[in-house]
Amino acid sequence: MASNEITIETPEPGVVVVSPVEDIDMSRSPQLRNALRGVQNDRPRKIVVDLTRVGYMDSSGLATLVEAMRSAGQNGWQLIICGLNPRVRAIFEIARLQSFFTIVPTRDEALAN
Amino acid sequence: MDPRPHIRVEMLSNPLYLCGARDLVSSVARRFGFDDLTCSKIALAVDEALANVIRHGYDRADDKPIWLSIWPLAGEAIAEHPAGADDTDGMKIVIEDEARQVDPSSMKGRDLDHVRPGGLGTHIIREVMDEVVYEQREATGMRLILVKRVGEAGPQEA
Repeated sequence: MASNEITIETPEPGVVVVSPVEDIDMSRSPQLRNALRGVQNDRPRKIVVDLTRVGYMDSSGLATLVEAMRSAGQNGWQLIICGLNPRVRAIFEIARLQSFFTIVPTRDEALAN
Repeated sequence: MDPRPHIRVEMLSNPLYLCGARDLVSSVARRFGFDDLTCSKIALAVDEALANVIRHGYDRADDKPIWLSIWPLAGEAIAEHPAGADDTDGMKIVIEDEARQVDPSSMKGRDLDHVRPGGLGTHIIREVMDEVVYEQREATGMRLILVKRVGEAGPQEA
């Protein structure tokens, strides 16, 4: 566990699942950013961001994920996002970033990807 | 339209309270006849506008005032039928602050072709809302006027 409200799991070696909860807005995106930076220190080959328990996300949350995706590209690990509800998916579409990320419906698919 | 806002809230420029503003706007939008996803998008637009005021207008100072006002676009009908929203054409939201004034014409969304963190707020606001007007307040600060109309298909727009 880390960051009070963000669950971090390692279902298999080299794979980390980061699961934030509730709303990711300007007041909470720093927690997600810290969690994602923290797990990168362990040099995983894949990080899954499971948004199943996230009811809302704004552009600060999206910017945090863009930052992580860039880091993934630069450092050779994989970032997969899963569990988007329609409200959260909407911001990816409004920002036209749905194709920038690897997005799958479920955690199982993210782990198998 | 009644010149008085039907709702007027003063909040501090603390990101902690963005959730309250979102809940208020989303709840009222639902009563005005918008579907759940549109309510969420309107709340997102307001969240982005408030975050821009906090981040850029007040340089993240968390003790400055922001005013959020809401009108139905058919205010008289709402007043006569407070339990329903059948005659509502949409909603008007005004966000005012005492932050430093900027040229309203400079408030444009950035080019989305270059993916980078940040700078999406103004684009999201313009994408979600039907009318977006930035203006300088008479004395100090900025005013953002947002209008969202209920879809032509009826109050429960898809």
